[in-house]
Amino acid sequence: MDITVNILLTIATAATPLLIAAIGELVVERSGVLNLGVEGMMIMGAVCGFGAAYLTGSPWIGVLAAIVAGALFSLLFAFMALTLATNQVATGLSLTILGLGLSGMIGTNFVGLPGVRLPNLYIPGLSDLPIVGKLLFGQDPLFYASIALVFAVSWFLFRTRKGLMLRSIGDSHSSAHALGIPVIRYRYLAVMFGGACAGLAGGHLSLVYTPQWVENMTAGRGWIALALVVFASWRPLRVLAGAYIFGAVWIGQLHAQAFGIPVPSQFLSALPYLATIVVLVLISRNKRLTMMNTPASLGQAFVPDR
Amino acid sequence: MKKLIGALMLTVGALALSTAANAQDKLKACWVYVGPVGDFGYSYQHDQGRLQVEKELGDKVETAFLENVQEGPDAERAFERLAREGCKMIFGTSFGFMDPELKVAAKFPDVKFEHATGFKMAPNLGIYNARFYEGRYILGQIAAKQSKAGLAGYIVSFPIPEVVMGINSFMLGAQSINPDFKVKIVWVNTWFDPAKEADAAKALFDQGADIIVQHTDSTGPLQVAQERGLHGFGQGSDMAKFAPKSQYTAIVDDWGPYYVSRVKAALDGTWKPEDRWEGLKEGAVVMAPYANLPEDVVKMAQDTEAKIKGGWNPFTGPIAKQDGSEFLAAGAVADDKTLLGMNFYVKGVDDKLPQ
Repeated sequence: MDITVNILLTIATAATPLLIAAIGELVVERSGVLNLGVEGMMIMGAVCGFGAAYLTGSPWIGVLAAIVAGALFSLLFAFMALTLATNQVATGLSLTILGLGLSGMIGTNFVGLPGVRLPNLYIPGLSDLPIVGKLLFGQDPLFYASIALVFAVSWFLFRTRKGLMLRSIGDSHSSAHALGIPVIRYRYLAVMFGGACAGLAGGHLSLVYTPQWVENMTAGRGWIALALVVFASWRPLRVLAGAYIFGAVWIGQLHAQAFGIPVPSQFLSALPYLATIVVLVLISRNKRLTMMNTPASLGQAFVPDR
Repeated sequence: MKKLIGALMLTVGALALSTAANAQDKLKACWVYVGPVGDFGYSYQHDQGRLQVEKELGDKVETAFLENVQEGPDAERAFERLAREGCKMIFGTSFGFMDPELKVAAKFPDVKFEHATGFKMAPNLGIYNARFYEGRYILGQIAAKQSKAGLAGYIVSFPIPEVVMGINSFMLGAQSINPDFKVKIVWVNTWFDPAKEADAAKALFDQGADIIVQHTDSTGPLQVAQERGLHGFGQGSDMAKFAPKSQYTAIVDDWGPYYVSRVKAALDGTWKPEDRWEGLKEGAVVMAPYANLPEDVVKMAQDTEAKIKGGWNPFTGPIAKQDGSEFLAAGAVADDKTLLGMNFYVKGVDDKLPQ
């Protein structure tokens, strides 16, 4: 029984950063902006989170720093892609490249230092319960934050007026503009929210997952988060499911290997991306489904006077 | 206008001459790394070697490096750039730089090249490597002594000879203490992904291993060991800071003495391409201080270390392959070529080698 609980805990830890980064990017894409800089914002969050926690000794300040770093870094993208209406794909890619380089520079002095770990939740009595105790009441705080985020975003997008406006901007920015919705302002906020989430996801890596700083420590997780958004066809609850499926595949293959079941690990490493392609093919076959969920003006620059 | 251009060209020419003169005073030695110098692992250790060259040879040398250079065709540009920028000695530090470096070496016959972990040489290209497997034998012995479960978890990157050699050496060491010792192997298909390595460590611990060994570069697995109150070994550099209660020892790559000796040879004019494969004896492989171990185990490890330094090779027969067939007869010692091409497990490894 212990091993099952441990596997589930490991999956939750693996899924959490993917989930946080993906739910942020989902909001960005729902507003019609494609920010490919997730990996870059994530690594900036990781280095700033680690640095702040290390210097102050408080992991919570680290979490805050990670969020702020991600949001500030995304502003750079917002300024270029929204105010200057540059190509979003190119701008996002350069944000990733810049983030990977810049974080290495910021982090030079943090290499080889043991970090401060964000403590797990502990509620006397509840956390000690067999099985459910550890799963429900004994995980790291960001795990709970990630689940809460999913439901909050889902509620915001589909149950509030502002969420409806955000989605309408994503579907047709010209019509939304004609209706008097401040397109650029909404998009700025969406991009910053996405940046904050990506930063937090990076903070999870350097403060919870493996409390340390090393260059490139995000190791492509930002890209998996981007794939997840498409995999989930832009639906928050499906992002939740997807992150846990990806996490389970990931951890499952390690356990399968340790059990001595011969699985081609290269194939399983590629599985998230393959799954995304399959989903893309499936949803593009059904026109109506595609129309319903894909933000129609995704990736297009918006210039008010045109 | 013409005059202006002429003047400009003269100045440029003069500048070029003056840098050339400077370059002759100092030897410019350059390094090409596959990863970031901040990985606290493989590339980091090479860079520590470069810094030692700077420190020991002072103003006789000037150094430079390129990090994060992709293996393959892209590397060719990196080597060529360094050669054009006046590097008189260039160290390529990763296996995948082999062919690009060979090509560039042919183009710049008066630049001295050295390539780590490869096997192709040229009149101005030498090769070097370190016998990490010697350290792994000691790890195996310690693991067999310390493991209550008689089971170690082993996290590995890619099925290349270097890694297979390490697994085999580890098992031979463990079997010398406990003939029934078992190892569970997980391939993570990366040299460096702290989180994934940590996940692999968790999986192995969950399945009953109580000691973790890694042939990947991050401190992730040791941090998991520390959290769980279990133990493991550092890789590449001394990782004790990350797991003070969990690290028994670490295999530390120390390239410094080698780099210093080679750059010195270049300065004296005695450099010639060589095939150097150094280990514990020469100080290219160093065991980090033994910790968290009972005295008799430390003693055993030190004795084995001394034995290896005295010239004994862990790959000394009788050794059987995984399928039971003979690999080495009693007393026979594996030659370097066999080791560098190793693509099979020794007896007792319960895993199928990915092809």
